[in-house]
Amino acid sequence: MAGKIISKFFDIDGGNTIDVYERHGGYQSIRRVLKKMAPGQVTDEVLKSNLRGLGGAGFPAGRKWSFIPKDSPKPKFLVVNADESEPGTFKDRYIMDRYTHGLFEGIMIASYAIGANKAFIYIRGEYVRQAENLVEQIKCAYDRGYLGKRIFGTNFNLDLVVHRGAGAYICGEETALLESLEGKKGWPRMKPPFPAIEGAFKCPTIVNNVETIAYVPTILQEGGEWFSELGSERNGGLKLYGVSGHVKKPGVYELPMGTSLREIIYEHAGGLQDGRKLKAVVPGGSSAPVLTADEIDVKMDYDSLAKIGSMLGSAGVIVMDDTTDIVRALYVVTRFYHHESCGQCTPCREGTGWAERILKRILDGNGRSVDIDNLLNIAGNIMGNTICPLGDAAALPLKSYLTKFRADFEAAVSDRNGVGKVADEPVSLLN
Amino acid sequence: MSKVAFSQESLSEFERIVAQYPERRAAMLPTLYLAEKEFGHISPEVEVYVGELLQVPAIKVREVLTFYTLFASKPRGKLHFQVCRGISCDLRGCTKIIEHLQEKLNLNSEETSADLAYTLSEVECLGACETAPMMQLNDDYHGDLTTETVDLILDEKK
Ligand SMILES: Cc1cc2nc3c(=O)[nH]c(=O)nc-3n(C[C@H](O)[C@H](O)[C@H](O)COP(=O)(O)O)c2cc1C
Ligand code: FES
Repeated sequence: MAGKIISKFFDIDGGNTIDVYERHGGYQSIRRVLKKMAPGQVTDEVLKSNLRGLGGAGFPAGRKWSFIPKDSPKPKFLVVNADESEPGTFKDRYIMDRYTHGLFEGIMIASYAIGANKAFIYIRGEYVRQAENLVEQIKCAYDRGYLGKRIFGTNFNLDLVVHRGAGAYICGEETALLESLEGKKGWPRMKPPFPAIEGAFKCPTIVNNVETIAYVPTILQEGGEWFSELGSERNGGLKLYGVSGHVKKPGVYELPMGTSLREIIYEHAGGLQDGRKLKAVVPGGSSAPVLTADEIDVKMDYDSLAKIGSMLGSAGVIVMDDTTDIVRALYVVTRFYHHESCGQCTPCREGTGWAERILKRILDGNGRSVDIDNLLNIAGNIMGNTICPLGDAAALPLKSYLTKFRADFEAAVSDRNGVGKVADEPVSLLN
Repeated sequence: MSKVAFSQESLSEFERIVAQYPERRAAMLPTLYLAEKEFGHISPEVEVYVGELLQVPAIKVREVLTFYTLFASKPRGKLHFQVCRGISCDLRGCTKIIEHLQEKLNLNSEETSADLAYTLSEVECLGACETAPMMQLNDDYHGDLTTETVDLILDEKK
């Protein structure tokens, strides 16, 4: 079994400091890269590693970097996505708190690979202490000459800026994030152009998740092939899985890509609380379609979860035991997407609100038997009809909870005769 | 001309911030944070001032201010309790914590006490679900909450 890469530092005292990081071999990878490798070779190594984008979409990191136009005279930017707002997700917080310089070293290598001299960390506004730590440690890196001009005596220059968000889930979506970085409200942009062509300040920009970048130093140190072999097919390396909900030991577990969901829940997270039985589990942050207790022998990687109609997403595993009110769970999740819909696209703005209100009505005991199909209808009309995938993120839980746990919803809307508790007279969705 | 202005210290901090970006307007969020620190909350006068500093119409500042949840456009209590109501916290009993705080602070959610001592908010997932149920009190996270630990925190901060 593979050891640990990032989480090795989680238990080390002062793991966030430059001295401790260097004592454990930190900043050797960037030294080697700058001395021995051309930028294109760095990207090739990352391609070989099968490192996937770990922010949710799983796009191969090396491929994304290769989209940066080589002949553009414009400045290039690296933007690290530390917005971490998908419910059930908390891994990037651990990295920023305890693998701070590992993240910086990854930023340096990635910036070198794409030709950026300026990088931003866009961190959610609520992470005040994390932002303070980043700013403080960036200062230490400048003091030592690891950031700034002529890094390690080479011609490579890099400035690193921490940019705090201000409470908006949508700003985790990369184009909304770029709008927000530019000082605007976070409304997603149409793609294309993709950020690699036209991103921040109309310049070629790579947006990568914190965790994606944090694995880069080790990949360049040990080699892409080595990293690739730690994981499963086309899903390289290790991965941080965050487990929350009804387990004995909620927390972050660094395991090979493709570890089974059953193993994560029962071995690493200690199994369910109070000897309870599993009812449902969301494998990748609250937008990932829910799985039933029979579906947990799946490999936790991007391709395997897609194959069974769910997704790895942010790998935030939310475990629900047999005491869980599934109707309420869907209500809470849908309320979130309604609250966070940016309002730009009508299907998402209105649809999430309708769905939330219908679910609330069912919870309050005023469900109608038509509600279930109405909800499915709304989900179907949001899906694929919006500029950014927040709409899909709201529709996927609706569809999956309502389909896989239909009996729970039917029981919630029916009285004993199987008809709606409230007569099915025509109702406006707007009530 | 706006009716408010930064102190000399904030002004030099503002200049440092602006210099970090290729465009002046990009300093919007950090400038609003700075303004909130200096003025307590972002009043319409402050909006105008921030617009002047960034050389954008005040409406562009308003647009940002109302889009994001973290900025205060009205005074907030000295202690701001933000209890997470996200799915993982809900599964682990955040409703009890919210009701307990409502009772203890004698406030509904999203209210501020008349003496500006407390504000109580329910917020979405704060990215600390492994410690559910949890809350943010001003800048700090407090996790694994029970009604007893909430009381201890209250006693300590009062
Ligand atoms: C609504 C929405 C929210 C998102 N939130 C985040 C986030 O908080 N953190 C993140 O890294 N990616 C988030 N993403 C994914 C980003 O758009 C983008 O794919 C990612 O930052 C790219 O980095 P990666 O390739 O390293 O994963 C979100 C996407 C959507 C549609
Ligand atoms: S759900 Fe409360 S911190 Fe994530």
